Amino acid sequence: MALLEVDALQTHFRTPDGINRAVDGVSFHVNAGETLAIVGESGCGKSVTAMSILRLIPEPPGKIAGAIRFNGKNLLEASDKEMRAIRGNEISMIFQEPMTSLNPVLTVGRQIGETLRLHQGLSAQAAEDRAVEMLNLVGIPEAKRRVKEYPHQLSGGMRQRVMIAIALACNPKLLIADEPTTALDVTIQAQILDLMRDLKHRVGAAIVLITHDLGVVAEVAERVVVMYAGKKVEEAPVHALFNSPRHPYTQGLLGSVPKLGSSLTGEATRLAEIPGLVPSLKQKIPGCVFASRCPHATDLCTAVAPALEEKAPGHVAACHYALREGALAA
Amino acid sequence: MFAYIVRRVLATIPVMAIVALFVFSLLYIAPGDPAAVIAGDQATPDDVERIRASLGLDRPYLVRFGAWVWDIANGDLGVSIFTNLPVSTMIQQRIEPTLSLMIVTLILAVSIAVPMGVMAAWRQGTWIDRAVMGFAVLGFSVPVFVVGYVLAYIFALELDWLPVQGYTPLSRGFWPWFENLILPSVALGSVYIALIARITRATMLEVLQQDYIRTARAKGLNQSGILFLHALKNAAVPIITVIGLGIALLIGGAVVTESVFAIPGLGRLTVDAILRRDYPVIQGVVLLFSFIYVLVNLAIDLAYTLFDPRIRY
Repeated sequence: MALLEVDALQTHFRTPDGINRAVDGVSFHVNAGETLAIVGESGCGKSVTAMSILRLIPEPPGKIAGAIRFNGKNLLEASDKEMRAIRGNEISMIFQEPMTSLNPVLTVGRQIGETLRLHQGLSAQAAEDRAVEMLNLVGIPEAKRRVKEYPHQLSGGMRQRVMIAIALACNPKLLIADEPTTALDVTIQAQILDLMRDLKHRVGAAIVLITHDLGVVAEVAERVVVMYAGKKVEEAPVHALFNSPRHPYTQGLLGSVPKLGSSLTGEATRLAEIPGLVPSLKQKIPGCVFASRCPHATDLCTAVAPALEEKAPGHVAACHYALREGALAA
Repeated sequence: MFAYIVRRVLATIPVMAIVALFVFSLLYIAPGDPAAVIAGDQATPDDVERIRASLGLDRPYLVRFGAWVWDIANGDLGVSIFTNLPVSTMIQQRIEPTLSLMIVTLILAVSIAVPMGVMAAWRQGTWIDRAVMGFAVLGFSVPVFVVGYVLAYIFALELDWLPVQGYTPLSRGFWPWFENLILPSVALGSVYIALIARITRATMLEVLQQDYIRTARAKGLNQSGILFLHALKNAAVPIITVIGLGIALLIGGAVVTESVFAIPGLGRLTVDAILRRDYPVIQGVVLLFSFIYVLVNLAIDLAYTLFDPRIRY
């Protein structure tokens, strides 16, 4: 059984000018200890998916439907109390903004220790000792002194390390990382990714990594879900996705990544882009959500929404024209 | 930190000097003559003149001001024209009721207004929020004396739960003391509660949007932990600022409240002194009030460091 099964997840927001279908029928699963990446450009529903899993979406105006089964239990039917016992304990989350995600008026040690006291009933002293251990684990020097410091005394990279320490303090089974490296500079990004990979092996948590950075995906993920306009358009093991992307959107995403050394070959080729913008999620789109930007779109695409189809073992895509494995060779 | 406190305390001296000049000049310009009041209706102009000379009121403005300031610098607030008692003694006799009233009002107002504001922000847009905001508008717009008389009518005259008016010193027991202060404190505190509740709501609304509140929620904290620890501590600086500024409201309101509830405090002393043009008393009380106000705001500035580690002096 999968650790997390998201089944036909719909997260809609009521707004003054119509319903915003931020996430519209997304299904995926995460196995224990696995790293799944969810990719897509801004506004495609990745973060809302992540927030929906922990039910951090304010309801109303949000409304979550479908099923989110964690260890077989549907979180959408859980009481507030049951959800609180899961948050930060069995499922924890790291956010994109390390500069603002920590409480500025509480010490780092207190913020790490808080979950330990809450979920594991540790005493204040034991929680602080454990906070020092956690800071050591995430590679913050002079942990004993740092636990007594406040977030404004730490750099961005250190704050994200503290966030990771908070997230891993209770040895969660699942870690949701929402763009954990986006706000950091490149050298720090690499450090944080290394740290997450290292800790994953030590703690054994499964990771859902939300990102728009395909470099990050290639580095850490085992499986990838590609989202577009609130829908899953492709899902594949990471190698299959990078080697033979089936959906034109995924192809476009991969085409827009600069290749190392491409400027040295003599042809100064322009980086490919996907023309246009993600469509407004407030109208229902009858056909394929990507049709308006797809170079291969036909009348069929604008009229009929393609279903997710298995194009190769473990590789699904929602496109009428995406090639199946046999057809690719032919 | 210590150097800062010393600097701030020294900085109160010029402030007090300006207040002194202002109060003195205002009373000098204002019409009315204590000598005439003492002499009574039947007195001849000569009598009035003699009394005026004996009080030193015939001396020039600057001489009188200089003499007064010189005495204050030597710790002497002067002697009341009417009672012939030293002003400092009169203040001592009257200060307990006023301080009691202000402290009880402060504690009452903060412990009511802050939870009200927090609840309104948490339940923004619901009937709780609207009730709090409605109360706030009411608190601002109904004058203290109206609230006072209405409360006294309902809870003292009709229901007979609490004394109508008067004051019992704390030395005669906590309950008799407190019982007499409940209605005056509520009356005096209504504006103050409205002010604090509004600012608490506004600040909390802003804080609740912050990323670290989302983090707190993702950690599995319950609602009260999020509201009263993670959010309220971040909202504390604007709230305590307003609490400090509001002390001015309390000082002004105390004068009226003491009259409504017949409390023999500094407010009554001030009103009586003004009616009788008892200059030394008026000046002494006003100086004392401004000094308290300056000190309270120093204390507030220092309190910031307790709530926000980013503030350092």
